[in-house]
Amino acid sequence: MAKPTKSPVDARKARKAKTGRRSPLASIALIAIGLVSTGGAYALFTTTASADTTAAHSQLVDDGSKLFAANCATCHGLNLQGTTAGPSLLGVGAASVEFQVATGRMPLAQSGPQAEEKPAQFTTEQIKALYTYVAARAPGPGIPDSSLLQGDGDASAGAELFRINCAMCHNVAGAGGALTEGKFAPALKGVSAQHIYEAMLTGPQNMPVFNNNNISPEDKANIITYLKYLDDTPSVGGLDLGNLGPVSEGLFIWIFGLGAIVAITVWLTAKSN
Amino acid sequence: MAQHDDGVATPGGDPVPEAQNTAAGSAIQKAVPYEVSPGTAVVRTDNIPNPGFPPHRERQTDLDPKKDKRAERQVTSLFYLSIVGSVFAVAAYIAFPIIPGDMGSVRLNTLLLGLGITLGLLGIGIGAVHWAKQLMRGDELVESRHGTRGSDTTRARAVEIFTLGNQESGFGRRSLIRNSLIGALVLTPIPAVALFRDLAPAEDPVPLLQHTMWKKGTRLTRDPSGTPIKAEDVTIGSAFHVIPEGLNDEEDRLEEKAKAAVLLMRLKPEDLNVSAGKETWNYDGIVAYSKICTHVGCPVALYEQQTHHLLCPCHQSQFDMKHEAKVIFGPAKRPLPQLPITVDSEGYLVARSDFHEPVGPSFWEREL
Repeated sequence: MAKPTKSPVDARKARKAKTGRRSPLASIALIAIGLVSTGGAYALFTTTASADTTAAHSQLVDDGSKLFAANCATCHGLNLQGTTAGPSLLGVGAASVEFQVATGRMPLAQSGPQAEEKPAQFTTEQIKALYTYVAARAPGPGIPDSSLLQGDGDASAGAELFRINCAMCHNVAGAGGALTEGKFAPALKGVSAQHIYEAMLTGPQNMPVFNNNNISPEDKANIITYLKYLDDTPSVGGLDLGNLGPVSEGLFIWIFGLGAIVAITVWLTAKSN
Repeated sequence: MAQHDDGVATPGGDPVPEAQNTAAGSAIQKAVPYEVSPGTAVVRTDNIPNPGFPPHRERQTDLDPKKDKRAERQVTSLFYLSIVGSVFAVAAYIAFPIIPGDMGSVRLNTLLLGLGITLGLLGIGIGAVHWAKQLMRGDELVESRHGTRGSDTTRARAVEIFTLGNQESGFGRRSLIRNSLIGALVLTPIPAVALFRDLAPAEDPVPLLQHTMWKKGTRLTRDPSGTPIKAEDVTIGSAFHVIPEGLNDEEDRLEEKAKAAVLLMRLKPEDLNVSAGKETWNYDGIVAYSKICTHVGCPVALYEQQTHHLLCPCHQSQFDMKHEAKVIFGPAKRPLPQLPITVDSEGYLVARSDFHEPVGPSFWEREL
């Protein structure tokens, strides 16, 4: 009884094994072949390109290293470790180096309350080499993505953030202002979007750091939008007198306003000739 | 030139009717020297004689008809200029309208409108003064004060009117009406007193000024979004502008913010000089201080991350964040109050308590 019932089942199993079901090893082998072939092909096609990028990168690092040794190492140390004359640059990131060098603040012209803006001493290529070198030594904030620098964000949101975080030093119209002991917050008119972004991200000199957890990249873009709006929009109130508030406005009204009143009074009371 | 010391002489060619000089109360006299009335003061015998007016000097326009004509033309053109200005203002207002969204158009519109109106007003003003100075009568005059006492008949008539009024209204006779009227008049300002009294703070302001929204466990959140801040977000050199959690939902959020605003900074822990009893007030170099200046309450937030100075922009008070916001310059007398902070179980910064002293400037009944 057992045999006739058993034999069809066996037969079915045997047929199944032969026709419908592949060995588990087969699929593994197939995947392996696929991976090897695509990977190999990819490697074949891209070896030359990536080799070029790496070469270009190491070339930049190399150039940057030389520029650094010649121009920066006196104060910042040959290994970026810093000296008594200058801070360590380990971990400051490409953004910081780009900001300091491209705005001419570094190399320092002379010691003083703070490094002042001046024409950049290096070409764009040299600046790129420098920041690539510093970023290669230790990771830090990188160059901001150009999509954040277009000034196409929300200007009113940016204005609110600017008033809360920036306006006390840089003035609500971005005209700059005085700090302690001869230092000052520079005017922001005409400063490039990239430099504004980098300054917020890295906090150059005495400016506090506004990292991405404090002001998100989108909000930084909004602030840039607001500053761009200030640059592009004329002062509605007429002559803005440098936007310096009571100092310039007071001086103007004391000299010209009161001067005019005094002149008219003299004319009114003088005997005519 | 005619002498002016006799008070009667009329300057050359200027006809003044004598009747005008004698009109009561409005006497205009020609250049009479000032005389002290005897009886009002001791007349000194060695008095310096009153020199009187300087001799009258003819103007160019009095002497030269051409100059006179020219001044006339000038005055006329000034008035015409005023007309042009007024018309120009209207024309500019129509021709350069304010385009919504274009701030440049607001500026142009205001500028031209203002220029036109200025021309309109100044043309009249300068023209009128020029006219008066150059062409109107130019000799010096004395106008004596007229007496303030009325004539006897006027006075008698006034008394008569009052008596008649009293008789007709019965104001003096009907004392009940009169007294009730006086009572009613006295009481009419009372509602105003009650109303204006309510302008004063409803609560005693002293406890309001002594406490802020901060209490144990209140999270520190970003201004203006109100999102909580993790300790790890505050990197070295960072400055965060902080409001207490839930401030944006408060009905009187601006009043609360004016007291509770905080500046959060991270210094290297070794840079901090912490006094005894305040060891737990910072969290790994993260310190929170009131942003309200102890001088007159300006928001003091000009933080320098290298010198760790905090500058108040109003009167240049400087606080040293390395020494618990000690005053190092300027008119502020007390350091900024520190907000004791720590982190909660989720890693967010929270207050340990309210400020231990009232924030902001000194006020009455402040103990410290």
